[in-house]
Amino acid sequence: MKNTRFVNFGFQILAVVLALIVTTLILAAVGANPWDAYKNIYAGSFGSFEKFTDVLVAWIPLLITVAGLLVTFSAGLWNIGVEGQIIMGAIATTWIVRLLQDTTTPPALIITLAILAGMIGGALWASLAGALKTFGGVNEIFGGLGLNFVATASTIWLIFGPWKRPGVASIAGTESFNESVWLPTMGDTRLSLWALGLAILSIVIVYFLLQGTYIGLRLKAVGKNPKAAYLLGVPTWQYSMMAFMLCGAFAGLAGAMQVMAVYHRLIGSISSGYGFLGLLVAMLVNYQVIWAAPVALFFAALNIGGIQLPIILKLDSSITGILQGTLVLFVLMVEGVRQKFMKRVGEKQ
Amino acid sequence: MTTEMILVGLAGVLAAAAPVIFAVIGETISERAGVINLSMNGTILLSAMASFGVAVTTNNLLLGFLMGMLVGALVASIIAFGNITLKQSQVAIGFVLALICRDLSDFLGNPFVGAAGPRLPFAPLPGLADIPVIGVLLFRQDLMTYASYLFVIIAWVFVYKTRAGLMLQGIGEKPAAAFVRGANVNRMRYFYTILGGAIIGLAGPTFSLSVKAGWKGTLSGLDGIGWIALAITIFGGWNPMRAAFGAYLFAFLQWLGLVLQPSLPGVPSQVLQVAPFPLMILTLLLVNIGNAEWVGRTLASLPEPTRRFIARGLRSMRASPPAALGVPFDSE
Repeated sequence: MKNTRFVNFGFQILAVVLALIVTTLILAAVGANPWDAYKNIYAGSFGSFEKFTDVLVAWIPLLITVAGLLVTFSAGLWNIGVEGQIIMGAIATTWIVRLLQDTTTPPALIITLAILAGMIGGALWASLAGALKTFGGVNEIFGGLGLNFVATASTIWLIFGPWKRPGVASIAGTESFNESVWLPTMGDTRLSLWALGLAILSIVIVYFLLQGTYIGLRLKAVGKNPKAAYLLGVPTWQYSMMAFMLCGAFAGLAGAMQVMAVYHRLIGSISSGYGFLGLLVAMLVNYQVIWAAPVALFFAALNIGGIQLPIILKLDSSITGILQGTLVLFVLMVEGVRQKFMKRVGEKQ
Repeated sequence: MTTEMILVGLAGVLAAAAPVIFAVIGETISERAGVINLSMNGTILLSAMASFGVAVTTNNLLLGFLMGMLVGALVASIIAFGNITLKQSQVAIGFVLALICRDLSDFLGNPFVGAAGPRLPFAPLPGLADIPVIGVLLFRQDLMTYASYLFVIIAWVFVYKTRAGLMLQGIGEKPAAAFVRGANVNRMRYFYTILGGAIIGLAGPTFSLSVKAGWKGTLSGLDGIGWIALAITIFGGWNPMRAAFGAYLFAFLQWLGLVLQPSLPGVPSQVLQVAPFPLMILTLLLVNIGNAEWVGRTLASLPEPTRRFIARGLRSMRASPPAALGVPFDSE
C-alpha cells in the first residue's frame, strides 16, 4: 500500500518534469533563454508584495470558478459553458449597479444586491445549458459552447449599444461606476479583501458540500453512474440541473467580483478566460477539492508572472498558457501510463 | 444590389465555407470512428500559423498545405494515443490540446504576424467558368474551394456506399460486433482519428493561405471557428452532406450579417457576426430533442394525427450520435 502511494507520487512528479521539459524546449526553439524566462515569471508573481497581491487578484475569480466546476465535474458534467456564465454574472451585476447607483439606496445594499444578481444571472444562464442537456438531449459541451458565444455577443452589444459611454463607445467598456459602490481595496493594491474572503468561502462551501453532505454524496452517485443512481431513487435530472445552477451561481459570483472589485465597469473581455483556465485547474486536481486552492494559486501566479515577458524578454506571454496546458496534458497521459503499469504489476502478483 | 453582385457574394460564401467544410468533414470521420476531436479550435489555429510560416519561409504553397495536414495529424495522434492506448478521457485531452495549440500558435507565430506571404491563386475552371450563373457561383474559385466540393462528395460516398465506410460506421456504432467480424477496432480508430485530424489540418492553411490570407495571431477572427465547426458537425448528424449544408448555412448567415449591416445601423457588427450561434443552438435542440425520453412519452399521449405529424417532423431532423462515441474499446 505504502509502495503504491510512492509510485503514484513518482508518476505525478514525472508529469511535472515532462511539462517543464516541453516548455523549456519550446522556449529554446525560439532562441530564448528558458532560465531567464522562468526567473522573470517568478519575479513577476512572487517577487514582491505588490506582485503577490496581483496574483491574489487573479486567484479570486479563478478559485471561485473552480469551486463551481468541481460541483459539475462531480455530477459527471463537462460545464464548458462556464465562460458564458461568468459573463452573464458580470452583466447582471452591472445592470443592478447602473439601475441603483444614482438613487438614494445605501451603497452597501447596492453592492450586496449586485453580487446576488450576478449569482442569479450565472445560475440562470447555466440552467439554459442544463435544460438543453436534460430536456433537449443536447450535449452540455455543444450547448455550452454556443451559449458562450451568445454571452460574449451580449456584452459587446451592451457596451456598444444601450450601455455605451457618453461620447465614443469602445471595447474598453461601459462608464465606470460611482466610486461609492466599488468594493474597497487594500491600501494601494488592487486586492479587495472582501472578494478574497468570498473566494475562500466558496471553496470551503464546496469542500463541505462534496465531502460531508448527503446532497454531495448523491451528486457524486449521479456523476459515477446515472443509471444506477436513478434506480436507487436519486432524482437524476434534478441533481444535474442543480449542479449546473450551483456552478453557474459560483461562475456568476466570479463575474460579479471582476466587475465590482477589479474593473468597476463591464468590459468586452470580462471573463478573461478564467472559465477555461478553471476547467484546466479542475482537471489537474482530479476533482479533489483540497488541492484546488494551491493549484489555482499556481496557475494565477503563472498568468500574472507572464505579463511582463513581452516587455522584458520580447517573448509572447502565451508561454505560461503552454506550461499550464502541457502540465494538465502530461498529468492525464501519465495517469493512463500509471493505470497500465499498475495493472501489469497486479497481474504479476 | 444587382444580381451580379449577389452571385459574386454567394460565390464568396462558398469560398469562405471551404475551411469550415474541411473541419467538419474531418471531425465527422473521426467521430464516426468513435473519437471526438475536441482540439479542433487549437488545431485550426496552429495549422494556420504553421502552414503560413512554412509557406512564407519556403515560398512553396504545397509545403504549407502539407504542414497543415501534418499538424492536424500530430494533434489527433496525441488524442488517439491518450484515448485508445491509455484509456483517458478524449474530451479532457482534446480540450487541453485546444488550449495548448491556441497558445502555441500565438507564441510560435509571433515572427510571422503581418508578414507578406504567398496566396493560393484564383483558378477559374476553363469552360465551366463561362456557364451563366453556375459558372460565376461554383467555378471561379481557387483550388481548395474545388477540393472542398470534392471532399464532401467523396466523404459521403465513402461513409455510405463503400465496404470500408460500413466498417467505419460499425466501429463507431457497435465496436464489439465489428471486432467479432474481424475488424481491428483500435487500429482502425487510430487510423481514422489521424486521417480526420489531417483533414481538419487542411482548414488552417485554407484560411491563412487563401480565405483570410496572412497571420495576425489569435485575434485574427480565426479563433472560435473550431468551436463553431464542432457544433456544425453535430448539426450535420455525422452525415457529410448535412454537415456541409450546415457549413454553407453558417457562412451564408455571416455574409448576410455583413450585407444587412448598412440597413441596421443600430446593431453593432459584432452582434451580426455571432447571429448564427443562437440559430445553431436552436437547430441543435431540434436535431437532438427527438432523442429525449420525455418527448416520446408526451408524443404517445397526443391524439393520433397530431402525434404522427409531429413525430414525422422530428424524425426528419433527428440525428443520433454514433453509439460508441467517446467510449474506449477494450477487446478483453
